[in-house]
Amino acid sequence: MARIVVDPITRIEGHLRIEAEVSGGSVTDAWSSSTMFRGIETILKGRDPRDAWYFTQRFCGVCTTVHSIASIRAVENALGIKIPPNAELIRNIIIGIQNVQDHVIHFYHLHALDWVDITSGLKADPAKTAQLAASLSDWPLNSASYFKGVQEKLKAFVARGRLGPFANAYWGHPAYRLPPEADLMATAHYLEALEWQKDVIRIHAILGSKNPHPQTFLVGGMALPIDPDSQNALNADKLEEIRRLLIKARAFVEQVYLPDLLAVASFYKEWAAIGGGVGNYLSYGDFPDPLSGKPWLPPGIVMKKELTRLLPVDHNKVTEYVDHSWYEYSKGPGKGLHPFEGESQAKYTGPKPPYKNLDTDGKYSWVKAPRYEEQPMEVGPLARLLVGYGAGHKQVQDAVNGVLGKLNVGPEALFSTLGRTAARGIECLLISRETPKWLDQLIDNIGRGDHSAHNGEKWDPASWPDEAAGYGWHEAPRGALGHWIRIKEQKILNYQAVVPSTWNASPRDARGARGPYEAALVGTPMADPEKPLEILRTVHSFDPCLACAVHLLDAGGNETLKVKVV
Amino acid sequence: MAKQDEVCGDGLPERDLSLARILAERGISRRDFMKFCTAMSAALSLPAAFAPRIARALDEVKRPTLVWLEFQDCAGNTEALLRSANPTVGEMVLDILSVEYHETIMAAAGHQAEEALAKVVREQKGKYIAVVEGSIPLHDDGIYCCIAGRTALDIAREVCGSAFATISAGTCAAYGGIPSAAPNPTGAVGVTAALPGITVINLPGCPLNADNLTATVVHFLAFGKLPATDSQGRPLFAYGKRIHDNCERRPHFDAGQYVEQWGDGSHKKGHCLYKMGCKGPETWHNCPSQKYNEKTAWPVGSGHGCVGCSEPHFWDTMTPFYRRLPQVPGFGIESTADKIGLGIAAATAAAFGAHGVISGFRKGDDSEGAKEE
Repeated sequence: MARIVVDPITRIEGHLRIEAEVSGGSVTDAWSSSTMFRGIETILKGRDPRDAWYFTQRFCGVCTTVHSIASIRAVENALGIKIPPNAELIRNIIIGIQNVQDHVIHFYHLHALDWVDITSGLKADPAKTAQLAASLSDWPLNSASYFKGVQEKLKAFVARGRLGPFANAYWGHPAYRLPPEADLMATAHYLEALEWQKDVIRIHAILGSKNPHPQTFLVGGMALPIDPDSQNALNADKLEEIRRLLIKARAFVEQVYLPDLLAVASFYKEWAAIGGGVGNYLSYGDFPDPLSGKPWLPPGIVMKKELTRLLPVDHNKVTEYVDHSWYEYSKGPGKGLHPFEGESQAKYTGPKPPYKNLDTDGKYSWVKAPRYEEQPMEVGPLARLLVGYGAGHKQVQDAVNGVLGKLNVGPEALFSTLGRTAARGIECLLISRETPKWLDQLIDNIGRGDHSAHNGEKWDPASWPDEAAGYGWHEAPRGALGHWIRIKEQKILNYQAVVPSTWNASPRDARGARGPYEAALVGTPMADPEKPLEILRTVHSFDPCLACAVHLLDAGGNETLKVKVV
Repeated sequence: MAKQDEVCGDGLPERDLSLARILAERGISRRDFMKFCTAMSAALSLPAAFAPRIARALDEVKRPTLVWLEFQDCAGNTEALLRSANPTVGEMVLDILSVEYHETIMAAAGHQAEEALAKVVREQKGKYIAVVEGSIPLHDDGIYCCIAGRTALDIAREVCGSAFATISAGTCAAYGGIPSAAPNPTGAVGVTAALPGITVINLPGCPLNADNLTATVVHFLAFGKLPATDSQGRPLFAYGKRIHDNCERRPHFDAGQYVEQWGDGSHKKGHCLYKMGCKGPETWHNCPSQKYNEKTAWPVGSGHGCVGCSEPHFWDTMTPFYRRLPQVPGFGIESTADKIGLGIAAATAAAFGAHGVISGFRKGDDSEGAKEE
């Protein structure tokens, strides 16, 4: 039995630390810890609710739109504001391309190096690489001369002796399985995706001035005015540029990402039986229809992998525990509190830095432990697809069945590290195909003379009631996201966010039940505990986002935080 | 170019490879390279005639090492870097820097990642560039941000303290940013406040404009010295003028044509956003000229007011974001950032009650935090 520590977990957003017990060549137990805390919700108290989206956007610069969306939805819900259909469609387009771009970056730039050995690609035959690529896709760049060019660049880079961000990695690790040609193909597409992502996300700049951190959201709608006859508003020129970029986004997902995903997955099928985790899944649903409000991706709960028993989501069943998190509840340990009754007092009881190990029997993370009906829940693309599948969503069912068929695996393969990674790609395909439809609807509306993008009836705080409360739900790239706000006398009384990586990176709860990362890591094989490549595979399959995950809840108006003066 | 030799003279194999040769190897033509140098001249507010000089300097430059540290951050500045506006050549320039530590992109993890960082500090002391993203918490012995069991402060002291210079990327690293907003629960500060006495260039913005980062590095490589800065440590080439001075909507301000409501006729026509809370008159940043995402757009151009994100403590001094600035003085472009900066701090504080009012909303929980300001 050996205790290993992986800190920092790299290629994620934020600061994550994994401690694990390894015995007999596999992980026998694991602990997930976040080691950074900012307290943004505390900072929000007393401020203008219309500013909240700009603050919460800074939870995360990677999934850079998601906390803005959840925040304006929460304020609009609290104040009973209905936004114009055009604003809903613009939000759907912004959310759609955020998901697509984020999933591609995750696959190539954050996750791929767990499966792809860049150095092995140096040995590849470019002609055979082109043959392999041609057998998967008709992407025009997949020629022998193209792959030869990439390989020569890589060779020159390696020959200069300093590998920069690729130094000191796990190259040559026995868990890498791809033939050199597949390694070279994936490496070439890693570089291509780097160029692609910065182009397609210009949609956020066209609609919202910049990315990361678009500056365009408003309580009540969007800040970019619509006027086909103005150069300072959303006009035909900008709409056509968005269409071009959406088509470019979809083409890359269809012809590069999905084929690469299937090719890589076919060499790692044993990972369809590893990393399953808690087996409970939660989705809030998203992409509302601008008129009916019905979400394109449905909400729901799947417990114990039972796809045939889809349950409705009831937010009253959410509680949070702090028995293993660096906070204190006034009622003492062992209790879970619903977010509306939640309270927080930061209390660090961990070791004094510099430290070697955390006290994993006690408190060990800045992430709380959210539970649904006392159960840990996994959120994210896999949860969304499982809920959609269970709800009979035809596009979801067809896409999932198609990929399972191509990989020649059964549906049980979904509940795994590989399933999680595949689900992200399947979802990316679905969203990349759906987003142009929202653009079409927007163009139709504008063509009919509807130029409204903001409902200003309740913009003036003087029109608000003395007290209001509401919540905003959103399916972020990493999963179910909820913001709750209470407003009093036109100011934020309290603000809370329960975010995807809080669910997934959760530490143990009062009963000692593991969170999703922790549960998924148990049983992971380890070829060499000094080189924990396999731990990275499973943790990265969740797409961790730790800056998002850590926040200070302080519901019920409790003024609990003690601030020391430096 | 003595300073570059200091930075790069580590005797490693690429020592005699100039940027021009590396670019040629990577299929970047001389013409593209010169186009890039011209773009960089513009970014640095230099006449185009400087392009050949920049090109000459870059021709001779070796590959200095850069390490990128993330503390109390959201990775927004890292993402900005990934969107940098001169995609091909700009990326090559970053590529010819040897980026030897960056948690979000590096392949290695855990102790192998930390060893890469330790190696730079050990073997290239005083010769590498450190970039910091995110603030540094000081309360409670710094336990609010730990990496590999060490506090952010401990890591910054060692890594930034041994660097040739440190670039604070974004407002959090420069001035504390959002974690330091009242009541500053974790005692967050920027790099200069955490480590007084080290050499720091501040590139605030939320996030920074990656073009300004590229331009700062190029300035250093081309001229062998760090760019001149204002009293807030910001390079003059990027922060030497107010948004308002270069704003495309300035004629509407002067003509008294203002947006009164979101989506009204003036909003659609691109009139001035001052009455909707725009902080352009008090914000020093080159957004109107550099724009974002390959010069696609910028906030005021897209119909939302500036929030002042490149100003120290804008989270407290510029909020509420939609409240119009009080008594904006006659904004002659002759004032310097230093002069106006002082005036603004006082004017804003007086008008909004700044932290006092904000803290006043909060019913007693943060009086200590308020005192801190």
